[in-house]
Amino acid sequence: MPMQEKNGQKVWQLRTTKSQWIRWGMWLVGLVIFILSWQEISDKTLWFMMDNVGEVIVDIGSRATPPRWSYINQLWWPIWDTLAMATLGTIFALIMAVPVAFMAARNTTPSKFFVRPFALLIIVSTRSVNSLIWALLLVSIVGPGVFAGLIAISIRSIGFCAKLLYEAIEEISETQVEAIRATGASPLQVMVYGIVPQIMPAFAGIAVFRWDINIRESTVLGLVGAGGIGLQLQSSLNVLAWPQVSLILLVILFAVIIGEWISAKVRGAII
Amino acid sequence: MSVALEAKLGQAWKKPHFIKNPAWRWALILGSIAYFAAAWSGIDINFGRIARGWERGWQFISAFGDPDFTSRWDDIYKGIYESVVMTIASTVVGIAISIPIALGAARNIAPLPVYLVCRAVIAVSRALNEIIVAIILVAILGFGPLAGFITLSFATIGFLAKLLAEDIENMSKSQAEAIKSTGASWTQWINFGVQPQVMPRLIGLSMYRLDINFRESAVLGLVGAGGIGGTLNTAFSRYEFDTVAAILLIIIVTVMFLEYLSGIIRARIQ
Repeated sequence: MPMQEKNGQKVWQLRTTKSQWIRWGMWLVGLVIFILSWQEISDKTLWFMMDNVGEVIVDIGSRATPPRWSYINQLWWPIWDTLAMATLGTIFALIMAVPVAFMAARNTTPSKFFVRPFALLIIVSTRSVNSLIWALLLVSIVGPGVFAGLIAISIRSIGFCAKLLYEAIEEISETQVEAIRATGASPLQVMVYGIVPQIMPAFAGIAVFRWDINIRESTVLGLVGAGGIGLQLQSSLNVLAWPQVSLILLVILFAVIIGEWISAKVRGAII
Repeated sequence: MSVALEAKLGQAWKKPHFIKNPAWRWALILGSIAYFAAAWSGIDINFGRIARGWERGWQFISAFGDPDFTSRWDDIYKGIYESVVMTIASTVVGIAISIPIALGAARNIAPLPVYLVCRAVIAVSRALNEIIVAIILVAILGFGPLAGFITLSFATIGFLAKLLAEDIENMSKSQAEAIKSTGASWTQWINFGVQPQVMPRLIGLSMYRLDINFRESAVLGLVGAGGIGGTLNTAFSRYEFDTVAAILLIIIVTVMFLEYLSGIIRARIQ
Protein backbone atom coordinates (compact mmCIF):
# COMPACT_ATOMS: atom_id res chain seq x y z
CA MET A 1 0.00 0.00 0.00
CA PRO A 2 1.54 3.35 -1.04
CA MET A 3 2.20 5.64 1.93
CA GLN A 4 3.50 9.12 2.41
CA GLU A 5 5.08 10.74 5.46
CA LYS A 6 3.37 13.99 6.38
CA ASN A 7 4.37 15.75 9.65
CA GLY A 8 5.65 12.43 11.00
CA GLN A 9 2.32 10.72 10.24
CA LYS A 10 1.71 8.09 7.61
CA VAL A 11 -0.99 9.08 5.13
CA TRP A 12 -2.67 6.70 2.68
CA GLN A 13 -2.29 7.37 -1.04
CA LEU A 14 -4.01 5.81 -4.03
CA ARG A 15 -0.82 5.44 -6.08
CA THR A 16 2.95 5.46 -5.54
CA THR A 17 4.75 8.68 -6.37
CA LYS A 18 6.32 7.13 -9.44
CA SER A 19 3.09 5.86 -10.99
CA GLN A 20 1.50 9.20 -10.18
CA TRP A 21 4.24 10.99 -12.15
CA ILE A 22 3.79 8.63 -15.08
CA ARG A 23 0.10 9.40 -15.04
CA TRP A 24 0.67 13.14 -15.03
CA GLY A 25 3.13 12.72 -17.88
CA MET A 26 0.58 10.85 -19.98
CA TRP A 27 -2.08 13.45 -19.28
CA LEU A 28 0.40 16.13 -20.36
CA VAL A 29 1.14 14.31 -23.63
CA GLY A 30 -2.60 13.97 -24.26
CA LEU A 31 -3.15 17.64 -23.53
CA VAL A 32 -0.37 18.67 -25.92
CA ILE A 33 -1.86 16.52 -28.70
CA PHE A 34 -5.27 18.06 -28.12
CA ILE A 35 -3.92 21.62 -28.13
CA LEU A 36 -1.99 20.98 -31.36
CA SER A 37 -5.15 19.57 -32.95
CA TRP A 38 -7.19 22.53 -31.84
CA GLN A 39 -4.56 24.93 -33.19
CA GLU A 40 -4.74 23.26 -36.59
CA ILE A 41 -8.52 23.67 -36.69
CA SER A 42 -8.24 27.23 -35.45
CA ASP A 43 -5.66 28.10 -38.11
CA LYS A 44 -8.01 26.95 -40.85
CA THR A 45 -10.93 28.96 -39.51
CA LEU A 46 -11.56 32.52 -40.55
CA TRP A 47 -12.29 33.89 -37.10
CA PHE A 48 -13.23 37.36 -38.29
CA MET A 49 -16.19 35.67 -40.03
CA MET A 50 -17.38 34.49 -36.63
CA ASP A 51 -18.14 37.98 -35.34
CA ASN A 52 -21.62 37.97 -36.80
CA VAL A 53 -22.48 34.29 -36.25
CA GLY A 54 -25.33 35.31 -33.96
CA GLU A 55 -26.86 37.47 -36.68
CA VAL A 56 -26.48 34.68 -39.25
CA ILE A 57 -28.24 32.21 -36.97
CA VAL A 58 -31.09 34.65 -36.33
CA ASP A 59 -31.27 35.45 -40.04
CA ILE A 60 -31.46 31.81 -41.16
CA GLY A 61 -33.83 31.01 -38.31
CA SER A 62 -36.22 33.78 -39.32
CA ARG A 63 -36.11 32.72 -42.97
CA ALA A 64 -36.70 29.06 -42.10
CA THR A 65 -39.80 29.70 -40.01
CA PRO A 66 -42.55 28.99 -40.59
CA PRO A 67 -41.94 25.84 -42.69
CA ARG A 68 -43.66 25.84 -46.08
CA TRP A 69 -46.33 23.27 -45.23
CA SER A 70 -47.78 23.14 -48.75
CA TYR A 71 -44.45 21.71 -49.99
CA ILE A 72 -45.34 18.42 -48.28
CA ASN A 73 -47.37 17.42 -51.36
CA GLN A 74 -44.16 17.18 -53.36
CA LEU A 75 -42.51 15.12 -50.65
CA TRP A 76 -44.77 12.04 -50.52
CA TRP A 77 -42.90 10.21 -53.31
CA PRO A 78 -39.43 10.98 -51.95
CA ILE A 79 -40.55 9.75 -48.52
CA TRP A 80 -41.87 6.54 -50.05
CA ASP A 81 -38.59 6.10 -51.96
CA THR A 82 -36.55 6.70 -48.83
CA LEU A 83 -38.47 4.08 -46.87
CA ALA A 84 -38.28 1.62 -49.77
CA MET A 85 -34.51 2.14 -49.97
CA ALA A 86 -34.12 1.46 -46.24
CA THR A 87 -36.43 -1.58 -46.14
CA LEU A 88 -35.35 -3.31 -49.35
CA GLY A 89 -31.72 -2.44 -48.61
CA THR A 90 -31.97 -4.13 -45.21
CA ILE A 91 -33.53 -7.24 -46.77
CA PHE A 92 -30.88 -7.56 -49.50
CA ALA A 93 -28.18 -6.97 -46.90
CA LEU A 94 -29.57 -9.74 -44.70
CA ILE A 95 -29.77 -12.16 -47.62
CA MET A 96 -26.08 -11.54 -48.34
CA ALA A 97 -25.03 -11.31 -44.68
CA VAL A 98 -26.33 -14.74 -43.63
CA PRO A 99 -23.89 -16.83 -45.71
CA VAL A 100 -21.05 -14.46 -44.82
CA ALA A 101 -21.86 -14.82 -41.11
CA PHE A 102 -21.92 -18.63 -41.33
CA MET A 103 -18.56 -18.52 -43.13
CA ALA A 104 -17.11 -16.19 -40.51
CA ALA A 105 -18.30 -17.96 -37.34
CA ARG A 106 -15.60 -20.24 -35.93
CA ASN A 107 -18.00 -23.13 -35.26
CA THR A 108 -19.73 -23.21 -38.65
CA THR A 109 -17.05 -22.08 -41.09
CA PRO A 110 -16.16 -24.63 -43.78
CA SER A 111 -12.47 -23.76 -43.52
CA LYS A 112 -10.72 -21.72 -40.86
CA PHE A 113 -7.74 -20.79 -42.97
CA PHE A 114 -9.25 -20.02 -46.37
CA VAL A 115 -12.92 -19.13 -46.06
CA ARG A 116 -12.95 -17.37 -42.67
CA PRO A 117 -10.34 -14.68 -43.44
CA PHE A 118 -12.16 -13.97 -46.70
CA ALA A 119 -15.48 -13.54 -44.87
CA LEU A 120 -13.84 -11.31 -42.27
CA LEU A 121 -12.36 -9.20 -45.07
CA ILE A 122 -15.83 -8.69 -46.56
CA ILE A 123 -17.14 -7.68 -43.14
CA VAL A 124 -14.35 -5.18 -42.43
CA SER A 125 -14.23 -3.57 -45.86
CA THR A 126 -18.00 -3.08 -46.19
CA ARG A 127 -18.25 -1.79 -42.64
CA SER A 128 -15.47 0.78 -42.68
CA VAL A 129 -16.70 2.61 -45.76
CA ASN A 130 -19.63 4.91 -45.07
CA SER A 131 -22.84 4.48 -47.08
CA LEU A 132 -22.46 7.99 -48.53
CA ILE A 133 -19.14 6.95 -50.08
CA TRP A 134 -20.72 3.77 -51.43
CA ALA A 135 -23.53 5.90 -52.84
CA LEU A 136 -21.03 8.29 -54.44
CA LEU A 137 -19.36 5.36 -56.17
CA LEU A 138 -22.59 3.65 -57.21
CA VAL A 139 -24.05 6.85 -58.63
CA SER A 140 -21.12 6.94 -61.00
CA ILE A 141 -21.65 3.28 -61.94
CA VAL A 142 -25.43 2.75 -62.16
CA GLY A 143 -26.40 6.39 -62.58
CA PRO A 144 -28.26 8.67 -60.16
CA GLY A 145 -31.48 7.37 -58.66
CA VAL A 146 -33.01 5.21 -55.97
CA PHE A 147 -31.33 2.07 -57.27
CA ALA A 148 -27.84 3.40 -56.47
CA GLY A 149 -28.95 4.28 -52.94
CA LEU A 150 -30.56 0.88 -52.49
CA ILE A 151 -27.34 -0.94 -53.40
CA ALA A 152 -25.26 1.45 -51.28
CA ILE A 153 -27.46 0.75 -48.26
CA SER A 154 -27.30 -3.02 -48.83
CA ILE A 155 -23.52 -3.12 -49.22
CA ARG A 156 -22.94 -0.92 -46.19
CA SER A 157 -25.22 -3.09 -44.04
CA ILE A 158 -23.65 -6.45 -44.95
CA GLY A 159 -20.66 -5.99 -42.67
CA PHE A 160 -22.70 -4.73 -39.74
CA CYS A 161 -25.32 -7.53 -39.91
CA ALA A 162 -22.78 -10.26 -40.62
CA LYS A 163 -20.57 -9.19 -37.71
CA LEU A 164 -23.38 -9.20 -35.15
CA LEU A 165 -24.82 -12.40 -36.59
CA TYR A 166 -21.56 -14.34 -36.54
CA GLU A 167 -21.00 -13.32 -32.94
CA ALA A 168 -24.47 -14.71 -32.14
CA ILE A 169 -23.66 -17.94 -34.00
CA GLU A 170 -20.44 -18.38 -32.04
CA GLU A 171 -22.40 -18.08 -28.80
CA ILE A 172 -24.93 -20.86 -29.50
CA SER A 173 -25.14 -23.81 -27.14
CA GLU A 174 -23.38 -26.77 -28.72
CA THR A 175 -25.46 -29.36 -26.81
CA GLN A 176 -28.63 -28.57 -28.75
CA VAL A 177 -26.77 -28.95 -32.04
CA GLU A 178 -25.30 -32.23 -30.75
CA ALA A 179 -28.78 -33.49 -29.82
CA ILE A 180 -30.08 -32.86 -33.33
CA ARG A 181 -26.99 -34.47 -34.86
CA ALA A 182 -27.47 -37.54 -32.62
CA THR A 183 -30.86 -38.21 -34.26
CA GLY A 184 -29.02 -38.75 -37.51
CA ALA A 185 -29.91 -35.42 -39.09
CA SER A 186 -28.20 -34.26 -42.27
CA PRO A 187 -26.00 -31.11 -42.09
CA LEU A 188 -28.85 -29.08 -43.58
CA GLN A 189 -31.28 -30.40 -40.96
CA VAL A 190 -28.75 -29.65 -38.21
CA MET A 191 -28.65 -26.11 -39.53
CA VAL A 192 -32.42 -25.71 -39.70
CA TYR A 193 -33.37 -27.40 -36.43
CA GLY A 194 -30.24 -26.99 -34.30
CA ILE A 195 -28.65 -23.64 -35.15
CA VAL A 196 -31.33 -21.46 -36.73
CA PRO A 197 -33.82 -21.53 -33.81
CA GLN A 198 -31.04 -20.45 -31.46
CA ILE A 199 -30.01 -17.40 -33.51
CA MET A 200 -33.51 -16.41 -34.64
CA PRO A 201 -34.11 -13.82 -31.84
CA ALA A 202 -30.69 -12.26 -32.46
CA PHE A 203 -31.38 -12.24 -36.21
CA ALA A 204 -34.71 -10.46 -35.82
CA GLY A 205 -33.17 -7.97 -33.41
CA ILE A 206 -30.31 -7.19 -35.81
CA ALA A 207 -32.75 -6.82 -38.71
CA VAL A 208 -34.92 -4.16 -37.07
CA PHE A 209 -31.89 -2.44 -35.52
CA ARG A 210 -30.26 -2.10 -38.92
CA TRP A 211 -33.54 -1.05 -40.51
CA ASP A 212 -33.70 1.80 -38.00
CA ILE A 213 -30.14 2.89 -38.83
CA ASN A 214 -30.82 2.57 -42.56
CA ILE A 215 -33.78 4.96 -42.36
CA ARG A 216 -31.42 7.57 -40.92
CA GLU A 217 -28.80 6.93 -43.57
CA SER A 218 -31.18 6.80 -46.53
CA THR A 219 -32.50 10.28 -45.73
CA VAL A 220 -29.14 11.85 -46.60
CA LEU A 221 -28.11 9.65 -49.55
CA GLY A 222 -29.89 12.01 -51.94
CA LEU A 223 -27.20 14.61 -51.25
CA VAL A 224 -24.89 12.73 -53.60
CA GLY A 225 -27.67 11.98 -56.08
CA ALA A 226 -28.82 8.59 -54.84
CA GLY A 227 -32.53 9.35 -54.56
CA GLY A 228 -34.91 9.80 -51.67
CA ILE A 229 -35.74 12.88 -49.66
CA GLY A 230 -32.10 14.00 -49.57
CA LEU A 231 -32.44 15.02 -53.21
CA GLN A 232 -35.17 17.52 -52.30
CA LEU A 233 -33.03 18.71 -49.40
CA GLN A 234 -30.10 19.31 -51.70
CA SER A 235 -32.12 21.22 -54.30
CA SER A 236 -33.84 23.34 -51.63
CA LEU A 237 -30.46 24.15 -50.10
CA ASN A 238 -29.04 25.09 -53.48
CA VAL A 239 -31.71 27.72 -54.05
CA LEU A 240 -31.61 28.77 -50.36
CA ALA A 241 -35.29 27.90 -49.91
CA TRP A 242 -35.05 27.78 -46.14
CA PRO A 243 -38.79 27.24 -45.43
CA GLN A 244 -38.59 24.07 -47.56
CA VAL A 245 -35.38 23.00 -45.82
CA SER A 246 -36.97 23.31 -42.42
CA LEU A 247 -40.01 21.29 -43.52
CA ILE A 248 -37.76 18.53 -44.92
CA LEU A 249 -35.73 18.45 -41.71
CA LEU A 250 -38.95 18.12 -39.70
CA VAL A 251 -40.09 15.24 -41.94
CA ILE A 252 -36.72 13.50 -41.54
CA LEU A 253 -36.79 13.95 -37.77
CA PHE A 254 -40.32 12.56 -37.68
CA ALA A 255 -39.34 9.52 -39.81
CA VAL A 256 -36.29 8.83 -37.64
CA ILE A 257 -38.30 9.00 -34.41
CA ILE A 258 -41.04 6.72 -35.83
CA GLY A 259 -38.40 4.26 -37.04
CA GLU A 260 -36.68 4.19 -33.66
CA TRP A 261 -40.01 3.74 -31.89
CA ILE A 262 -41.02 0.79 -34.12
CA SER A 263 -37.62 -0.85 -33.78
CA ALA A 264 -37.64 -0.44 -29.98
CA LYS A 265 -41.16 -1.99 -29.82
CA VAL A 266 -40.21 -4.94 -32.02
CA ARG A 267 -36.97 -5.60 -30.13
CA GLY A 268 -38.85 -5.34 -26.83
CA ALA A 269 -41.37 -7.92 -28.07
CA ILE A 270 -38.65 -10.35 -29.24
CA ILE A 271 -36.20 -10.22 -26.36
CA MET B 1 -51.84 -35.71 -22.50
CA SER B 2 -51.96 -39.35 -23.28
CA VAL B 3 -55.11 -38.87 -25.35
CA ALA B 4 -53.39 -36.17 -27.38
CA LEU B 5 -50.40 -38.42 -27.85
CA GLU B 6 -52.64 -41.29 -29.05
CA ALA B 7 -54.30 -39.03 -31.55
CA LYS B 8 -50.97 -37.86 -32.89
CA LEU B 9 -49.52 -41.35 -33.33
CA GLY B 10 -48.64 -42.10 -36.89
CA GLN B 11 -48.53 -38.44 -37.94
CA ALA B 12 -45.25 -36.83 -38.84
CA TRP B 13 -44.08 -34.05 -36.48
CA LYS B 14 -44.28 -30.57 -37.87
CA LYS B 15 -42.48 -27.48 -36.71
CA PRO B 16 -44.89 -25.21 -34.81
CA HIS B 17 -45.57 -21.96 -36.62
CA PHE B 18 -44.01 -18.75 -35.37
CA ILE B 19 -47.38 -16.98 -35.34
CA LYS B 20 -50.13 -19.25 -34.06
CA ASN B 21 -53.22 -17.60 -35.55
CA PRO B 22 -53.35 -18.53 -39.28
CA ALA B 23 -55.37 -15.44 -40.23
CA TRP B 24 -52.75 -13.12 -38.71
CA ARG B 25 -49.92 -15.15 -40.22
CA TRP B 26 -51.28 -14.98 -43.75
CA ALA B 27 -52.25 -11.33 -43.39
CA LEU B 28 -48.69 -10.53 -42.33
CA ILE B 29 -47.10 -12.58 -45.11
CA LEU B 30 -49.38 -11.19 -47.85
CA GLY B 31 -49.06 -7.67 -46.48
CA SER B 32 -45.27 -7.78 -46.55
CA ILE B 33 -45.23 -9.29 -50.05
CA ALA B 34 -47.58 -6.55 -51.26
CA TYR B 35 -45.39 -3.86 -49.67
CA PHE B 36 -42.17 -5.26 -51.10
CA ALA B 37 -43.71 -5.53 -54.55
CA ALA B 38 -44.95 -1.95 -54.35
CA ALA B 39 -41.60 -0.71 -53.05
CA TRP B 40 -39.70 -2.59 -55.72
CA SER B 41 -41.93 -1.35 -58.53
CA GLY B 42 -41.12 2.24 -57.54
CA ILE B 43 -37.45 1.67 -58.27
CA ASP B 44 -36.60 2.17 -61.89
CA ILE B 45 -33.49 0.40 -63.03
CA ASN B 46 -31.93 1.78 -66.15
CA PHE B 47 -30.14 -1.24 -67.58
CA GLY B 48 -28.62 0.73 -70.44
CA ARG B 49 -27.01 3.10 -67.95
CA ILE B 50 -25.74 0.21 -65.83
CA ALA B 51 -24.20 -1.46 -68.88
CA ARG B 52 -22.43 1.77 -69.70
CA GLY B 53 -21.43 2.36 -66.09
CA TRP B 54 -20.24 -1.17 -65.63
CA GLU B 55 -16.97 -0.38 -67.35
CA ARG B 56 -16.42 2.35 -64.79
CA GLY B 57 -17.26 -0.06 -61.97
CA TRP B 58 -14.72 -2.47 -63.29
CA GLN B 59 -12.14 0.33 -63.47
CA PHE B 60 -12.89 1.09 -59.84
CA ILE B 61 -12.49 -2.53 -58.73
CA SER B 62 -9.28 -3.01 -60.69
CA ALA B 63 -7.95 0.28 -59.28
CA PHE B 64 -7.66 -1.48 -55.93
CA GLY B 65 -5.02 -3.69 -57.48
CA ASP B 66 -3.04 -0.62 -58.46
CA PRO B 67 -3.85 2.26 -56.09
CA ASP B 68 -2.18 5.58 -56.84
CA PHE B 69 -0.80 7.10 -53.65
CA THR B 70 1.73 9.42 -55.25
CA SER B 71 0.24 11.75 -57.83
CA ARG B 72 -2.20 13.43 -55.41
CA TRP B 73 -0.23 12.65 -52.26
CA ASP B 74 -0.19 16.27 -51.04
CA ASP B 75 -4.00 16.49 -51.14
CA ILE B 76 -4.40 13.06 -49.55
CA TYR B 77 -1.94 13.91 -46.79
CA LYS B 78 -3.65 17.23 -46.03
CA GLY B 79 -7.08 15.58 -45.98
CA ILE B 80 -6.03 12.72 -43.73
CA TYR B 81 -4.20 15.08 -41.39
CA GLU B 82 -7.27 17.28 -41.13
CA SER B 83 -9.48 14.25 -40.50
CA VAL B 84 -7.22 12.99 -37.72
CA VAL B 85 -7.04 16.44 -36.14
CA MET B 86 -10.83 16.81 -36.26
CA THR B 87 -11.29 13.32 -34.83
CA ILE B 88 -8.96 13.89 -31.86
CA ALA B 89 -10.23 17.36 -30.97
CA SER B 90 -13.90 16.47 -31.30
CA THR B 91 -13.55 13.22 -29.33
CA VAL B 92 -11.80 15.02 -26.45
CA VAL B 93 -14.34 17.84 -26.35
CA GLY B 94 -17.24 15.45 -26.82
CA ILE B 95 -16.13 13.28 -23.90
CA ALA B 96 -15.53 16.33 -21.69
CA ILE B 97 -19.06 17.58 -22.35
CA SER B 98 -20.78 14.20 -22.20
CA ILE B 99 -19.48 13.21 -18.74
CA PRO B 100 -21.46 15.89 -16.85
CA ILE B 101 -24.46 15.23 -19.10
CA ALA B 102 -24.21 11.50 -18.38
CA LEU B 103 -24.15 12.21 -14.63
CA GLY B 104 -27.23 14.37 -15.09
CA ALA B 105 -28.99 11.74 -17.19
CA ALA B 106 -28.57 8.96 -14.60
CA ARG B 107 -31.76 8.76 -12.57
CA ASN B 108 -30.00 7.42 -9.44
CA ILE B 109 -27.74 10.48 -9.19
CA ALA B 110 -29.61 13.42 -10.65
CA PRO B 111 -32.87 15.03 -9.48
CA LEU B 112 -35.80 14.85 -11.90
CA PRO B 113 -35.54 18.32 -13.56
CA VAL B 114 -31.82 17.87 -14.32
CA TYR B 115 -32.53 14.36 -15.56
CA LEU B 116 -35.19 15.55 -18.00
CA VAL B 117 -32.99 18.34 -19.40
CA CYS B 118 -30.01 16.04 -19.92
CA ARG B 119 -32.15 13.32 -21.51
CA ALA B 120 -33.60 15.91 -23.89
CA VAL B 121 -30.08 16.98 -24.94
CA ILE B 122 -29.20 13.34 -25.61
CA ALA B 123 -32.40 12.73 -27.59
CA VAL B 124 -31.82 15.77 -29.82
CA SER B 125 -28.20 14.82 -30.47
CA ARG B 126 -29.14 11.26 -31.38
CA ALA B 127 -32.05 12.15 -33.63
CA LEU B 128 -30.07 14.50 -35.89
CA ASN B 129 -27.94 12.85 -38.52
CA GLU B 130 -24.30 14.02 -38.57
CA ILE B 131 -24.46 15.02 -42.21
CA ILE B 132 -27.53 17.18 -41.66
CA VAL B 133 -25.93 18.90 -38.65
CA ALA B 134 -22.83 19.46 -40.77
CA ILE B 135 -24.86 21.03 -43.59
CA ILE B 136 -26.53 23.46 -41.20
CA LEU B 137 -23.22 24.32 -39.51
CA VAL B 138 -21.48 24.86 -42.84
CA ALA B 139 -24.29 27.25 -43.77
CA ILE B 140 -23.74 29.15 -40.52
CA LEU B 141 -19.97 28.97 -40.02
CA GLY B 142 -18.72 28.62 -43.56
CA PHE B 143 -16.57 25.87 -45.06
CA GLY B 144 -13.75 24.34 -43.02
CA PRO B 145 -12.92 21.91 -40.26
CA LEU B 146 -14.57 23.98 -37.51
CA ALA B 147 -18.03 22.90 -38.73
CA GLY B 148 -16.91 19.27 -38.81
CA PHE B 149 -15.36 19.56 -35.36
CA ILE B 150 -18.58 20.90 -33.81
CA THR B 151 -20.68 18.30 -35.65
CA LEU B 152 -18.60 15.40 -34.36
CA SER B 153 -18.46 16.79 -30.81
CA PHE B 154 -22.23 17.16 -30.83
CA ALA B 155 -22.74 13.62 -32.15
CA THR B 156 -20.32 12.24 -29.53
CA ILE B 157 -22.49 13.68 -26.74
CA GLY B 158 -25.58 11.72 -27.74
CA PHE B 159 -23.70 8.46 -28.07
CA LEU B 160 -21.37 8.61 -25.07
CA ALA B 161 -23.68 10.30 -22.57
CA LYS B 162 -26.50 7.84 -23.26
CA LEU B 163 -24.40 4.70 -22.84
CA LEU B 164 -22.46 6.10 -19.87
CA ALA B 165 -25.69 7.14 -18.13
CA GLU B 166 -27.04 3.62 -18.58
CA ASP B 167 -23.86 2.23 -17.03
CA ILE B 168 -24.12 4.62 -14.07
CA GLU B 169 -27.73 3.57 -13.55
CA ASN B 170 -26.63 -0.08 -13.44
CA MET B 171 -23.79 0.46 -10.94
CA SER B 172 -23.66 -1.30 -7.60
CA LYS B 173 -25.40 0.82 -4.98
CA SER B 174 -23.54 -0.59 -2.00
CA GLN B 175 -20.11 0.68 -3.07
CA ALA B 176 -21.43 4.17 -3.62
CA GLU B 177 -23.25 4.05 -0.30
CA ALA B 178 -20.11 2.90 1.53
CA ILE B 179 -18.31 6.02 0.34
CA LYS B 180 -21.28 8.20 1.29
CA SER B 181 -21.37 6.76 4.82
CA THR B 182 -17.78 7.90 5.46
CA GLY B 183 -19.10 11.46 5.27
CA ALA B 184 -17.77 12.17 1.79
CA SER B 185 -18.81 15.33 -0.02
CA TRP B 186 -20.71 15.09 -3.34
CA THR B 187 -17.56 15.41 -5.47
CA GLN B 188 -15.73 12.82 -3.33
CA TRP B 189 -18.73 10.53 -3.64
CA ILE B 190 -18.71 10.81 -7.45
CA ASN B 191 -14.92 10.52 -7.56
CA PHE B 192 -14.48 7.47 -5.31
CA GLY B 193 -17.90 5.82 -5.31
CA VAL B 194 -19.15 6.16 -8.88
CA GLN B 195 -16.19 6.87 -11.14
CA PRO B 196 -14.15 3.69 -10.44
CA GLN B 197 -17.19 1.56 -11.28
CA VAL B 198 -17.81 3.10 -14.71
CA MET B 199 -14.21 3.86 -15.70
CA PRO B 200 -13.54 0.68 -17.77
CA ARG B 201 -16.73 1.23 -19.75
CA LEU B 202 -15.97 4.91 -20.23
CA ILE B 203 -12.53 4.14 -21.65
CA GLY B 204 -13.93 1.42 -23.90
CA LEU B 205 -16.71 3.67 -25.20
CA SER B 206 -14.28 6.55 -25.77
CA MET B 207 -12.03 4.34 -27.88
CA TYR B 208 -15.03 3.12 -29.84
CA ARG B 209 -16.22 6.68 -30.40
CA LEU B 210 -12.76 7.71 -31.60
CA ASP B 211 -13.08 5.01 -34.22
CA ILE B 212 -16.59 6.16 -35.24
CA ASN B 213 -15.54 9.82 -35.36
CA PHE B 214 -12.71 9.01 -37.73
CA ARG B 215 -15.07 7.14 -40.03
CA GLU B 216 -17.60 9.98 -39.94
CA SER B 217 -14.92 12.61 -40.52
CA ALA B 218 -14.21 10.85 -43.80
CA VAL B 219 -17.66 11.80 -45.15
CA LEU B 220 -18.16 15.22 -43.59
CA GLY B 221 -15.90 16.64 -46.30
CA LEU B 222 -18.59 15.79 -48.88
CA VAL B 223 -20.66 18.69 -47.57
CA GLY B 224 -17.64 20.95 -47.07
CA ALA B 225 -16.99 20.39 -43.37
CA GLY B 226 -13.31 19.53 -43.70
CA GLY B 227 -11.34 16.30 -43.76
CA ILE B 228 -10.50 13.63 -46.30
CA GLY B 229 -14.05 13.56 -47.70
CA GLY B 230 -13.40 16.66 -49.77
CA THR B 231 -10.38 15.06 -51.42
CA LEU B 232 -12.39 11.90 -52.00
CA ASN B 233 -15.23 13.83 -53.60
CA THR B 234 -12.84 15.65 -55.91
CA ALA B 235 -11.20 12.39 -56.93
CA PHE B 236 -14.61 10.85 -57.67
CA SER B 237 -15.72 13.76 -59.80
CA ARG B 238 -12.49 13.54 -61.78
CA TYR B 239 -13.03 9.77 -62.18
CA GLU B 240 -9.54 9.22 -60.74
CA PHE B 241 -10.39 5.81 -59.37
CA ASP B 242 -6.81 4.90 -58.52
CA THR B 243 -6.63 7.88 -56.14
CA VAL B 244 -10.06 6.96 -54.76
CA ALA B 245 -8.81 3.44 -54.13
CA ALA B 246 -5.73 4.79 -52.35
CA ILE B 247 -7.86 7.01 -50.07
CA LEU B 248 -10.33 4.20 -49.31
CA LEU B 249 -7.45 1.84 -48.51
CA ILE B 250 -5.96 4.40 -46.12
CA ILE B 251 -9.35 4.81 -44.40
CA ILE B 252 -9.89 1.04 -44.13
CA VAL B 253 -6.39 0.42 -42.76
CA THR B 254 -6.70 3.25 -40.23
CA VAL B 255 -10.09 2.00 -39.06
CA MET B 256 -8.75 -1.54 -38.72
CA PHE B 257 -5.74 -0.27 -36.78
CA LEU B 258 -7.96 1.78 -34.45
CA GLU B 259 -10.26 -1.18 -33.91
CA TYR B 260 -7.29 -3.41 -33.12
CA LEU B 261 -5.86 -0.81 -30.72
CA SER B 262 -9.17 -0.30 -28.93
CA GLY B 263 -9.56 -4.09 -28.66
CA ILE B 264 -6.19 -4.33 -26.89
CA ILE B 265 -6.94 -1.41 -24.56
CA ARG B 266 -10.41 -2.74 -23.71
CA ALA B 267 -9.03 -6.21 -23.03
CA ARG B 268 -6.39 -4.76 -20.68
CA ILE B 269 -8.74 -2.68 -18.55
CA GLN B 270 -11.52 -5.23 -18.17
